[in-house]
Amino acid sequence: MLTETQIERYSRHIILKEVGGKGQKKLLDGRVLIIGAGGLGSPIALYLAAAGVGAIGIADADDVDLSNLQRQVIHFTPDVGKPKVESAREKMEAINPDVKVRTYKEWVSAANIGSIIADYDFVIDGTDNFAAKFLINDACVLAGKPYSHGGILQFVGQTITILPGKSACYRCIFPEPPPKDAIPTCSQAGVIGVLPGVIGSIQATEAIKFLLGKGDLLTGRILMYDALGMKFREVGIKHNRSCPICGEHPTITEVRDELDALTVCDLKNN
Amino acid sequence: MKITINGKETSLDEKPDRTVGSLLEELDVSQRQYVTVELNGEIIDRPLFETTPVKEGDEIEFLYFMGGGR
Repeated sequence: MLTETQIERYSRHIILKEVGGKGQKKLLDGRVLIIGAGGLGSPIALYLAAAGVGAIGIADADDVDLSNLQRQVIHFTPDVGKPKVESAREKMEAINPDVKVRTYKEWVSAANIGSIIADYDFVIDGTDNFAAKFLINDACVLAGKPYSHGGILQFVGQTITILPGKSACYRCIFPEPPPKDAIPTCSQAGVIGVLPGVIGSIQATEAIKFLLGKGDLLTGRILMYDALGMKFREVGIKHNRSCPICGEHPTITEVRDELDALTVCDLKNN
Repeated sequence: MKITINGKETSLDEKPDRTVGSLLEELDVSQRQYVTVELNGEIIDRPLFETTPVKEGDEIEFLYFMGGGR
């Protein structure tokens, strides 16, 4: 049952016929993991906390850097030097004391990702490197865990939701990661600060819709956003029979670290 | 010959034996070694680029890696 305070806090949700008291209860019982407490992770964490998603995990090994603040809106100037997950937790708890925040001050790896994602209903990729993006895809596909992929660079972004076994996965589109340093990162090529706000907000919307069981998820289609042209496009993506993890003859049967693809956006002097 | 590339109708010179591979070169598509190509809704395996013909009316999408997020 919702308390009086909760009925007031979530009143704009509750009056939506797609949410109502029942839906808000689903959000409060929902468990979402955000991997990456940066550009994408910031709006995702803020909106999911505000929405009353009851258990939110947030994973990131990094500390807040001055160069993060142009886009990572969950971190404030006095937070520079603080672990990102701690800075994020403080803001999320301040927005909404209903939310239980669990922090993981570590990078995800083949060794830890299985046990981290196990506790959640939905996973959101807010990472900045292909090693992590492929690892998250593999771990979620193998565990049957629904997740949202997001990627940004300069003025363009893309996102797709993956329901393992039901819709195309990231490797259906991109079978293997590009070699290290083949594709520029945000720290090398730049990113307009509002871009992760757009893509991250879409990813948070998907998590909320998933928990509510309402609407059409962004599955089987990748949504691409071009901020300079101010255009959204979507491209249908069918399940790929030769996908190395969810195709007819999978070659990937356990998670592995894609060391060749390892790059981290915000490493100094990277 | 007219094809649709990333949602835009595009006119190309008539040319025999145009393939996905030769089109990437012809258009000087960026990230050519890594770009994913979807032809009429099907993702084409990279080893098949040179043998997959591109025909009048085809719809082609180039899908690019985007690795940022933080």
